[in-house]
Amino acid sequence: MLKNISNLGDAALYCDFGIQVNKATNLEVIKYFNTIREKKIKGVNNLTPSYNKLIISFDLRVTNFNEIKNKIENLDTTIEQNKNNKKIEVPVCCEENFALDKSRLEKKLNLSYQEILTKFFDKKYFCYMTGFIAGMPFLGDIDENLRTQRLETPRVKVPQGSVGITEQFANIYTFDSPGGWNIIGNTPLKVFDDSKERDPNLINPGDTIIFKKISRQEYENSNDK
Amino acid sequence: MTSNYFEILRGGINTTFQDKGRENLYHIGIPFSGVMDNRNFLLANKLVGNHLTAPVIEFAYQGPHLRYTGDQLNFVITGDVIFKIKKKDYEIDGDCYHSYHLENGDEINIISTNKSVYGYFAIGSEIDLKFQWNSCSINTKANIGSNNGKKLDRGQKINLLKINSDKTLKKVNYINSKIENIRVIKGTNFDYFSDEGKKIFFEKEFIVSKLSDRMGMRLEGQKIENVVNTNIKSEGLVKGVIQVPADGNPIIMLSDHGTVGGYPKIGVVVSVDYDRLVQLAPGSKVKFQEIELSDAETLFKLYEMETKNLLNQI
Repeated sequence: MLKNISNLGDAALYCDFGIQVNKATNLEVIKYFNTIREKKIKGVNNLTPSYNKLIISFDLRVTNFNEIKNKIENLDTTIEQNKNNKKIEVPVCCEENFALDKSRLEKKLNLSYQEILTKFFDKKYFCYMTGFIAGMPFLGDIDENLRTQRLETPRVKVPQGSVGITEQFANIYTFDSPGGWNIIGNTPLKVFDDSKERDPNLINPGDTIIFKKISRQEYENSNDK
Repeated sequence: MTSNYFEILRGGINTTFQDKGRENLYHIGIPFSGVMDNRNFLLANKLVGNHLTAPVIEFAYQGPHLRYTGDQLNFVITGDVIFKIKKKDYEIDGDCYHSYHLENGDEINIISTNKSVYGYFAIGSEIDLKFQWNSCSINTKANIGSNNGKKLDRGQKINLLKINSDKTLKKVNYINSKIENIRVIKGTNFDYFSDEGKKIFFEKEFIVSKLSDRMGMRLEGQKIENVVNTNIKSEGLVKGVIQVPADGNPIIMLSDHGTVGGYPKIGVVVSVDYDRLVQLAPGSKVKFQEIELSDAETLFKLYEMETKNLLNQI
């Protein structure tokens, strides 16, 4: 449920859906996100859904906080939405030079890498949000025994395609980027494609992701490589 | 076959094509981008008779050195910028906010911005550019926009399509004012910080760090202590958000910022101060000053009126 609306500066609304980070809360965020997108509210120029928040940016030349707040409070979210959430298989190679944090994870989690991978590939994941860098999906929830903090010092450059984990989440680096997540492998799949302007993200909020373990050979032979 | 073009003899430090930027893409991880200093962008286009939101060349600190080949056209430079125009037999120092004619073989050498960061070079012509999501704006972090999302470099050419037919020279009197007090609205995690930390934030001076770019401006000063949690669950960011990571130094999100972040937000810079905020060069001293939402809205209206007045004088 939408619990509270406050202002984030003078050109954005901060919609809080509660402190719980779970699928039910996130689905509520996505429902608002979809409804507002379809309504095309005058002056709204960006929407950022995350686990339990929705930020609505607007053009201060056209509208203001109170006007948009009023519209959001009176929004009818019961309208049937076109749900076209997909199920996507993402191949991941976890061999030596891709699994950058293999030994760190073994030590932190007190598990063998084999055990870590079994637990990781055994689950289906839900996409909570995309962002930070273009197309990066934030997926959850990973097995309780795999949860650990970010690196103390983030890497300056995490290679494109890296699959990372931290706390209850997993992500995929769509570009070479700075980052502090624990890298367990790499996917040859193109997760962000800016030549597809209408739909550049392979994975969108609400989608289901299944990771599939592949060998080095399969990685090299992949079409996207 | 394009016959009117610029050759880039020197790219400069961070020279990119920019326009008004991209909207409604935060949810897939793409920020607004676009010009950093909106007022100087609008003035530049008006001074050469372009649409107000036509693509311009934005440069930071040292700008590009360009040689022109083709038919006569107008250009202008806005901001606080030192530049030279080299004609066949002589060279002159250029004035900002004055449009000039450019003839075949002329060169423009944008030497540097003066105690500021960004300047704008507008050409009275349509430029041959690739648009992505209705914008030519180059986002070098995601390689999005014209020029394959990369900054302009030596040896490249800028091809022109249709030169504006009206070549009347125009000018406007304008001086960029410097900002010392950045006005902010309290952020959604303001209460994560100690009383002492809050006091430091609003009372002490901060210095703009060298580690500032189109993504963000880092500040250095007394550490702002967090007493709740130095991480929050990742959530959306907007331009102007001031995050304070565990090291206690504030970072202000600018036009190419990452769309989500996990550091507590102590405040948000108000819209009226954005154009002047981005012009703060490394080493500048600034203070933060609290302001109410309704005052921020009124001040922004006044700023917009002032911009319109300036544009109407051209």
